[in-house]
Parts: sequence; structure tokens; C-alpha cells
Amino acid sequence: MENIKPIIETKNLTKRFDKLIAVNNLNISIHEGEIFGLLGPNGAGKTTTLSMLATLLPPSEGSAFVHGFDVEKEPSKVRHSIGFVFQDPSSDDLLTGRENLYLHALMYGVEMHDINQKMDDVLKLVDLTDRQNERMKRYSGGMRRRLELARGLLHEPKILFLDEPTLGLDPQSREHIWSYIKKLSTERKVTIILTTHYMEEADQLCDRLAIIDHGKIVALDTPAKLKKSLGGDVVTLRTKDPDLVAVKKLHYVLDLKQEGDQVMLTVDNAGTHLQEILKKIGNVESVESRSPTLNDVFLHFTGREIRDHGSEGGTFERMITSRRK
Amino acid sequence: MSELTGLYALWYRELKVFSREPSRIVSSLIQPLMWLLIYGTGLGSIVSVSSTGTSYQSFIFPGILAMTVLFGSLFFGLYVILDKRVDFLKEVLVAPLNRSTIFFGKVLGGSTDGLIQIVLLMILGALFFGIPLSFYSVFMSFLIVILLLVSITSLGLTIGAIMESPEGFGLITSFVIFPLFFLSGALFPVDKLPAWLHVFVVINPVSYAVDGLRTVILGISGFGLALDFMVLIVFAVVMVLIGTAAFKRMKI
Ligand SMILES: Nc1ncnc2c1ncn2[C@@H]1O[C@H](COP(=O)(O)OP(=O)(O)O)[C@@H](O)[C@H]1O
Ligand SMILES: [Mg+2]
Repeated sequence: MENIKPIIETKNLTKRFDKLIAVNNLNISIHEGEIFGLLGPNGAGKTTTLSMLATLLPPSEGSAFVHGFDVEKEPSKVRHSIGFVFQDPSSDDLLTGRENLYLHALMYGVEMHDINQKMDDVLKLVDLTDRQNERMKRYSGGMRRRLELARGLLHEPKILFLDEPTLGLDPQSREHIWSYIKKLSTERKVTIILTTHYMEEADQLCDRLAIIDHGKIVALDTPAKLKKSLGGDVVTLRTKDPDLVAVKKLHYVLDLKQEGDQVMLTVDNAGTHLQEILKKIGNVESVESRSPTLNDVFLHFTGREIRDHGSEGGTFERMITSRRK
Repeated sequence: MSELTGLYALWYRELKVFSREPSRIVSSLIQPLMWLLIYGTGLGSIVSVSSTGTSYQSFIFPGILAMTVLFGSLFFGLYVILDKRVDFLKEVLVAPLNRSTIFFGKVLGGSTDGLIQIVLLMILGALFFGIPLSFYSVFMSFLIVILLLVSITSLGLTIGAIMESPEGFGLITSFVIFPLFFLSGALFPVDKLPAWLHVFVVINPVSYAVDGLRTVILGISGFGLALDFMVLIVFAVVMVLIGTAAFKRMKI
């Protein structure tokens, strides 16, 4: 097998806004055809990263290659290769869905005799054929997202950027969007880079995933391997005056965090060892054991919950962390 | 070729949006009509322009045309800021088009909006205010108005590209718009002004549009039509260059 060049590659990509380092020495390689996720809390630098890849913002340092083109030297070629679905609404409310598509097709130089056919195709893909001639003012949030998704595909880009594609949508619309994203990945073979701060979304959609925090990658792998990297199951106990010293010594307890009367353990093969742990710890009010989620992975690598928007300190500041190995 | 279709796309958007907001067209006509009716009749009973051989209302009509362009086209730059607030501007900027194409598309769109307003005003002027119009005066007025539209739209877009908020935009434009308007001779003959004030009239490019329009519509000339056109052409070229540069530098 031939070794294929990555379709997107960044080398020490960095963006500063005055003193704030929004993106800090980012090194990623994204392969053709994969769905790659950037998972991180608000302000982690996801949008800034995509903006640099899409030539909307110049990098402060480092370089990035998209579809083989340097974002700084050949921005126009980069822009021809990509489609972008932005975080905030980016279509004109006073125009109909179809008119917004038409506008986009003209701006991207789609061949005149192809435009109608291509608009029909993408509208069908996102099930908006029936509503295409309504003004977008009357679209719901989910419909708007779908139209913008369709629009991003209209000029048949090799690469599609999706910035928080389901932000602010209800669970049902969210699952709809997920199915469209999966569909266009398999049917159209586009490479997709999406950002999100929804764990479930990252888990469901992404082939590989970079967890980013304060502009830095803290972990990068497939969702399955990331979860596996914790090395065991997550056990949560509620207890007063726990005897943690003894528990810590157990070789199958890989990680232990305490907050108030809550103790979180990462346990290798919890099924077999749970009884023993409970015996050691004493008076337990409640116990819960489950396989790790991406939320646990995020917590593990950053020391914070992703929902914990106010970055510094906060809820987990006083958390005791002890790791073995 | 693709730059041309891009230009067409931006123009298409402006026209569609313009046509979907009839209230915008109506309200843009109400202000000039009020000026003609109230100011024209009211002040007309005091101010004498008898030396020019026309009524005061007719005398200010060319000035009101210039005013309509000034207020309407400068305000057009506000839409850039509104597009910045959502991600619509990014959608345009990420398209494989030159920034200058995007700028020209906006100028084209804004100028077309303005020209439609001017056409409507001239029809109303001829019907209700006894403004004499001929093929020559209409044609020449269009040339002058188009030059002014391009200049002022570019100015508005420049301010829109630089400013971040609608409030900032409003502040800057009010500093620009009132001197340009009041010192253009739109509302009174400028030959009786004191010399120090007259200087401002002479360096104000809008004065040349007012003068040109007054020359071709009413036959009242001040600077001479040749100078009017020269100044307006230079003004338009300079504003387009500045606007293009501002768009190239615009941050998202
Ligand atoms: N144009 C800008 N000027 C100054 N700071 C900015 C700008 N854009 C983003 N930032 C800052 O950079 C950081 C990363 O922002 P962003 O990339 O939007 O994060 P995310 O998309 O992950 O929520 C934030 O702290 C944000 O406030
Ligand atoms: Mg973002």
C-alpha cells in the first residue's frame, strides 16, 4: 500500500490575539475521507483553528497545508477545495433557501448549466426540497443548519469544515443532522473536520478526535481508544469519611478523585473488584459503575468537566488527584 | 469569469433584499419629500432665490437628490456591520473571490438601490413639484448621480469595514454626513457665504454634484459642468481605491 499524504496538515500552528494565545503549537494530520473532530470547551480555540485552515485568519506562527496548498501562499486554491458551515447563522433571512444556494453557487463559480441540478441534489440530501422556496426567516434552527450543510456541499469540495454543527439544536434535530453528516461522509466521500463541545456528538461521528483545551491538544485518538486509555471502568461512590489510603494501594485502582463526599475511581475490571473496594472503603451510601465516556476522558486530561464553562479553577479546584503508574 | 459571476451574485443578493423590503424604499423617499414640501415651501417664503429665476422649491430639488444619495448610500455601509454580527460576511469572504470583487459587488448593489430611489424621486418631482425634465437633463443627472453614488457608497463601505459596532458606525457617519450636506449648497446659494465658509463648500466634493445637477436640471451653473465632472470622477476613483484597500484589510 502506498503511503498517502494527509489532506490537512498543520505544523506548530499558532494564533495570538494580543497576549492571548488562542491556538498553541497545533500539530495535526488529517487523512482523506475521515471525520476528524476537535472537541473542547467554549474558548478552546476551535473556531480560530478552522478559520486559519480556511484562510480567514492569518496564522501568527507555524504553517498549515490544506489539500496540498499552503494557507498563506495559495489561499484561493485552498478556498476552492473547502466548504464551510459556520457556527453562527450565515444565510440571508430575506432570501429563500434556494436563493441562498444559488448565491453560493455563483460565488464559487459552479458551471451555469450544472447549478440547478446540483441545487436539487443537495436539497434532496438534506430533505429540504419541499421548503426550498420559503424565505429562511421562517426556517427552524434545524432547517437552517441543514440548508447551510447543503450549501457547503454545493461546489463539491474535497473537505468540509463544520463548526459546532448542532449548537443550540434540540435532541431530535441534532440526531437528524448527525445522520446527514454520516450520509455525506459515506456517499460523497468528503473529508470532514468538525468542532463540538458535545461529547456524544464527538463519540457518534468522529473517526478520530483531538481533545483541545486552552489552544492545545491534550489527547488525540479514536474515541474508542481514548476511552480505553483510561484503563478501566468508572466507579462513583458517595460516602462519608472514606478510608482512601487503603483503596489507593489496590493495584487495580488506576485513578482516584475526591470531591466532597463523592469519590470517583478508575478501576480495572470493576465487575470483579467492586466488592473488595466497597469492603475497604467502609460506609458507602451509593455506588455506580459504568464504562468510561468521553466526558471521563476529558475530565481525566484537563481536570475539568467540559460543561464547566468558566475555565479557570471552579468546581474541581479542590479536587484531590492521585495517579499510579 | 468566476470573478464576474461572483460580482453578479453579490449584486443579485442586494437587489433581492432591496426588493423584499418595500418599507425601506418607501421610507427612503419620505424624508426627501418632507424636505421638499415643508422646508421647500416654508423657507421658500423667506429665502429669495429670485435672481436664479426659479422657485425655492425647484432650487433645492437638485440638492435633495444629492441628499438622498448621501444619506441612503452612506447608510448602506451599515449592512457590512450587520453581516459581521452573524457569519454571513464570513460566508462571502471564504468564497474564492478577490476582496476587490466583493467590494465592487457591494458598490454595484448599493448604487443600484440608490439609483432606483433617484428615479422615483425624479418622477415625483416632475409630476408634483413642476421640475422640468428633458431627455438631456435626465441622462446627465444619471451620470452625475451615479458618480456620487459610487463615491458615497464606497465611503459608507469603508466606514463599515473599519468599524465593529452599529453605534460606532452611526457616530462616524454623523460626523461625516452633516458637513458634507450643509456645506454643499444643497439648500441655499453659496455665492453669498462669507469667504471662510465658502472654502469648505469649494473643498466639499458633494458641492460639485449639487452644482452639476442644478446646471443640467435648472440651467443654474456655478463651477461649470466640466469642473463638476472632473471633481466627481476624481472623488469616485479615490473613494473606490480607499474602499478596496479597507476591504482587503478588513478583519472578520
Ligand atoms: N478576533 C478575536 N480577537 C480577540 N480574541 C479572540 C478573537 N477570536 C477569538 N478570540 C479568543 O480566542 C479564544 C478562542 O476562541 P474560539 O476559537 O472562538 O474558541 P471556540 O471556538 O473553541 O469556542 C477565546 O478566548 C476567544 O475569546
Ligand atoms: Mg467556536
